[in-house]
Amino acid sequence: MIYKVITKKEFKKFVNGLINSNETFGPRQVNTAKDGKPIYQFKEVHSFDEMELDYTLSYSSLKNFFLPFREVLSRYNFTDDNWEQEIEYRVNPRVIVGVRACDINALCKLDDIFVNGSFPSPYYIARRNNTFLIGMDHLPMDDCFCMSMGELVVRQGFNLFCTDLGDRYYLSINSSKAFNFLRNVKTTDPTDKDDRQWLERRNLIKRSFNTTVDTSSLPNLLDIEFDSPIWEKWGDKCLNCGTCAMVCPTCYCYGIEESIDVSLKSSRRERFQHSCTVVDFAEVAGGHNFRPSKEARLKYRYYHHYHGFAENADEQICVGCNRCGRNCLAGINPKDVIDDLLMEKTDEV
Amino acid sequence: MKYKLPKEDINLKPFMSKPPRYNWKDVIMRTDKTYKCEIINIIELTPMEKLFHLKILDPVERDIFSFRPGQFLMLEVPGFGEVPISISSSSNNKEYIALCIRKAGRVTDILHKAKKGAKVGIRGPFGTSFPMEEMIGHNILLIAGGLGLAPLRAPLYWISEHRDEYEDVSLLYGTKDPPSMLFTYEYAEWEKVNHIDLLTIVDQGDDGWTGRTGLITELFKEMTIDPDNTFAIVCGPPIMFKFVCNYLDSIRLPMNRMFVSLERRMHCGMGKCCRCMVGSTFTCVDGPVFDYWSVMNLKEAI
Repeated sequence: MIYKVITKKEFKKFVNGLINSNETFGPRQVNTAKDGKPIYQFKEVHSFDEMELDYTLSYSSLKNFFLPFREVLSRYNFTDDNWEQEIEYRVNPRVIVGVRACDINALCKLDDIFVNGSFPSPYYIARRNNTFLIGMDHLPMDDCFCMSMGELVVRQGFNLFCTDLGDRYYLSINSSKAFNFLRNVKTTDPTDKDDRQWLERRNLIKRSFNTTVDTSSLPNLLDIEFDSPIWEKWGDKCLNCGTCAMVCPTCYCYGIEESIDVSLKSSRRERFQHSCTVVDFAEVAGGHNFRPSKEARLKYRYYHHYHGFAENADEQICVGCNRCGRNCLAGINPKDVIDDLLMEKTDEV
Repeated sequence: MKYKLPKEDINLKPFMSKPPRYNWKDVIMRTDKTYKCEIINIIELTPMEKLFHLKILDPVERDIFSFRPGQFLMLEVPGFGEVPISISSSSNNKEYIALCIRKAGRVTDILHKAKKGAKVGIRGPFGTSFPMEEMIGHNILLIAGGLGLAPLRAPLYWISEHRDEYEDVSLLYGTKDPPSMLFTYEYAEWEKVNHIDLLTIVDQGDDGWTGRTGLITELFKEMTIDPDNTFAIVCGPPIMFKFVCNYLDSIRLPMNRMFVSLERRMHCGMGKCCRCMVGSTFTCVDGPVFDYWSVMNLKEAI
C-alpha cells in the first residue's frame, strides 16, 4: 500500500474529475427518520457538493450494488418446440465515494464467497471489478460495534481510503488505477506530523465506541446453547419480515425465480435477495419445512453470522454495523441477544 | 478522459464461449448455463413418480458431464424453474441420464405433463458422492424409504458393474403401501443377476399384498449385520433416518461407515444461496452424502 496526503480542496477537484467521467454514487440524505435523524443512502451524484461525506451510515448497505435486490441471471427465448438460453453479464464502470470501513470489510467477506469460494460468480465479479471504491473513516455511532468484530481497520477490498486529518486526507492507495488518477492532482508524501495525526485520529475513533459485544466464544457457545430458551424469547418477538437481512452488508442468501414474459416468447431467470427469517426459506416440495418455528429461523441467522460457515473458512461474517438492530421493527438487536446468550450461562454458575 | 475508468468486460473472456464444467469448482464459468437435454423416454413408475431419460444434445457437453453415484443435478424447465434431482442412472452410462421425479410442486407438475422430445436443461453434477472405492471388500447395506430408492439406484448400478469387488450386498426397501413401490420391474434382476438380498416391507398392506408389513426397522430382525465389515447407505424421509441410524449406531456400526443422503431446499447447487444449509455446511457442496459422524455434528440435520 502507498500512502499520500491530499488537501481537501485538491481532493474535491479529484473527486469531481471522477464524477465528470464516470457514473458516481455517494452518500446523500434521502429522508428524515421519526426521531428527526437524517436517513442517508448511496445515490447517484453529479457533483462533489451533492454528497454529504460526514454522514453517519447509509440505511442500506453497499451490498446492493453488487448483489442487487433483483437481477436477471439469464433469459430463455422460445421458438416452436425449442429454446435458447441467453446469458450476459452487466458491466458498467462506476465510482462509489465515501464508503465506510465496515462496508468495505463486508465486501471482503462477500468476495470470499463469490470470488474466492467454489463456483466463482461471474455476475458478482463483473460488478466488483468495474467498481472504484473510495473509502472514508468516520466516528462510530452509539450502537456501532465494528471494533468488537475486529472490522475497524481496512486492509483490502478498496481502491482508495481516506483518513480525515481536519483540512487534509491521509490516503491509503490500494490500486494502480487510484494511483494513476491521483497523478492528476497534487498530493504529498506524508510527513512525520501527518503520521502522528493519522494515529491520533485512529485512536480517537477507537475511543469513541460506546458499544462492545463479545463474540469470541460464540462459535462454540452457539453449538452448546443450541436448545437455549433465549431463542424462544427472542424468536417470539421476531416478525419474520426479513428487514435485518435486507439492510445487512453481508447477508447474501438468495432465491431464484422464473417467470414467463407476457409475450410468451421468452422467460427470465431471476435471482432475488432472501432472508433466512422468512417462513418459506427452508420449505421443500411436499410442504415439509426444515425450520418451521420463528426461533429456529432467528437462531439460524445468528448461527450464520457468529458461528461462521464453511465457505467463509468458518469466519464470523458480522461486521458490527448494527444496521439490523437499528432497523428491526421488533427491537431485536445483536448486542442484546448475544449478551443474553452469554449471561444465561453466567447466571447459572 | 483523465479520470475515465476502464471497462473490464467479462463478456469477452474466453470462458464465455466454453461449456461450463461443473466438476471444476474453482474456475470461473457461466454458472447458470444449462446443458440442453431432450427427454428421450418417460417411464411411469407409479401415478406420482415418473422416470425420465434425458440425453444431452451437445456432444461436447455430453462428454463433459460425468458424475459419481450419490451426486445430483439441477434440472431446469425454462420458464418454470429449477429443481435439485438425484441421478438414478449408472455413472458409466454416457448415453442418457435417468431421473426419478415425484410430482410434488410447480416444476415437477409441469414436468409430469411433458412429452417425449421436450427440451429441458440441466446443470451439474453437484455435491458429494458415496465412497464406492472405500467400500471394496466389504458388505454393503443399502436402506431406502419411499423415494429414497432413487438416489440409491446409481450405487446399485455401480455395485452390479463391479459385483466381484464387494461381499454381501443387501437392499432394504420400505414404502407406505404396495402401489408406491418404485422400480418393481427391476427387483428380479437385482436378486437373480446381481445377487443382492432384497427385503421389502410396507407400512400398510392391501388385498393383494403377501409380503411383510411394518416399519423398515422390522427388517433388521431378519438379518445379522457384521458391524466390523459393513458399510451402510441410508436414504429416505427424515423420520426414517432417525430410527434406522439409531439402530445401526446401537449395534456399533462405525459412524464413518454409515452414509446418509440428505434433502434440503436448493436454489443454486453451488454453495451460494444458503437455502440448503444444515448447521454450518451446505447440502449442495459438502453433501448431499454425509457420513453419520458429520451428521451428528450438524445442528438440525436429522
